[in-house]
Amino acid sequence: MSVLDVRDVSIIYRVGDFKDIGLKDWVVKKLKKQYVAESFYADKHITFSLERGDMLGIIGSNGAGKSTLLKAISGIMRPSEGEVICNSNVVALLELGSGFDGELTVKENTFLRGALLGYTRKFMLDKYQEIIEFAELQEFEDRPFKHLSSGMKSRLAFSIASFVQPEILILDEVMAVGDGGFRRKSEEKTREIIAGGATTILVSHDLEQIRSMCSKILWIHKGEQITFGDQTQEICDDYQAFLDGVLSLEAVKEKYSR
Amino acid sequence: MLSRLSKYKKYQFMFSELVKRDFKTKYKGSVLGILWSIISPLFTLLVMDIIFSNFFGSSIEHYVIYLFCGNIIFSYFNDATNYGMTALLWNADIFTKINVPKYLFLLAKNVQALINFGLTLVVFFIFCIADGVPFTWRFFMLIYPILCILLVNIGVGLILSALHIFFRDVAHLWPIFTMLLMYASAIFYDVRTFPESIQKLLYVNPVYQNIVYFRDIVLNGFIPSFGYHMLMLGTALLLIAIGLLIYHKFNWRFLYYV
Repeated sequence: MSVLDVRDVSIIYRVGDFKDIGLKDWVVKKLKKQYVAESFYADKHITFSLERGDMLGIIGSNGAGKSTLLKAISGIMRPSEGEVICNSNVVALLELGSGFDGELTVKENTFLRGALLGYTRKFMLDKYQEIIEFAELQEFEDRPFKHLSSGMKSRLAFSIASFVQPEILILDEVMAVGDGGFRRKSEEKTREIIAGGATTILVSHDLEQIRSMCSKILWIHKGEQITFGDQTQEICDDYQAFLDGVLSLEAVKEKYSR
Repeated sequence: MLSRLSKYKKYQFMFSELVKRDFKTKYKGSVLGILWSIISPLFTLLVMDIIFSNFFGSSIEHYVIYLFCGNIIFSYFNDATNYGMTALLWNADIFTKINVPKYLFLLAKNVQALINFGLTLVVFFIFCIADGVPFTWRFFMLIYPILCILLVNIGVGLILSALHIFFRDVAHLWPIFTMLLMYASAIFYDVRTFPESIQKLLYVNPVYQNIVYFRDIVLNGFIPSFGYHMLMLGTALLLIAIGLLIYHKFNWRFLYYV
């Protein structure tokens, strides 16, 4: 029984003039027929499924459609085609540090973020101390959030999310933050969550991290699914070779299409 | 059923944290804090009384209360819609990263406006006593216009916050519109000086509808007709319906515009 089933998902992303233009520009551009609104496929026919306890690593160069895919999985976006089947509690950590309010104190922000991630008040009251200790921010709890350094901010964000015991945890390039000590701690914590039966999706440009932690790999290139499988090391080797220019994309595609 | 209940509980905590955040950020660093929400309508009242009582004071009994009825409803509408307008855009950071129901942001802003209104209402009743307006059981009927204007505010807030995402100009247009609306709400003048047709036309304005109800109860000592109740409810529900329709239709598109 899979916890997450992504079936033939395609996502159309819209870009163009509609964003950040005023009413005047809109009218003028419409009249001059210069109004451009383009749609393109950020993801094309992505299919994979995850079992309980799987750790999926998503690899691919910038603009591959990784973040868009994660947004569809976490329910922020709706796939244009195909479907995401998931009946679990998904917690997504996309871009740490956003969604906090700089004016509020660290403590207030912790509760706010906890609430937004779907925790109950009781849970937050119980776990608050642990969260703040894990983030090593005890002395800062009554300071305004904007006084924190960016490393501290991401430490807090990671701590809050990791305490949820989610069934599915999504980490979008969030483990590459913090200093060495915290990084080790967060990797440990992530392992702990996976050991607890959670399914985790990790996006990282750190191939070593992917190799050491992931049990399955999804490789996307410009929205296209190159491959999905559990032969982690092999796929990572090929990806590295592709990045180094040793292996062409066609060769890789050829290899995995069989 | 159970899952719906737990979902509701989850959103309840989220909602209360959002309300708290809006409250704290609004009054951060101000000495008088929430008292400002009473002081500013009182100043408006004072200025209007000084200027207009010469023109209309002699023909309208309890002119201060007459003015206050108009001001209290109008400023509630004005506050609620102006806060509400920014509800989506200012929370874009959150809803593009975390899957949360977007209408919660607007409702949180409305709670804040409602609290301000409640405080002003207390001052309003004190003024009524001071001015020798007789209190009757009919005053309980004021619940009805308050409920209607609350619905109107939510409806208009839904519409505005969505429009604001698509066209930032709305932020500049709306204050102009509300200023015109203020003049069309008979706050300081007597509509009986206008021809019948214009008097009727004013009833399209939901703010005016509610002001009239307030005055009928407080100053004229009678409860408006059943048909009038229906008119008010109908207007409110229509605005809510339009707002919900827009949210429903664009729910998945908002994120492209921020």
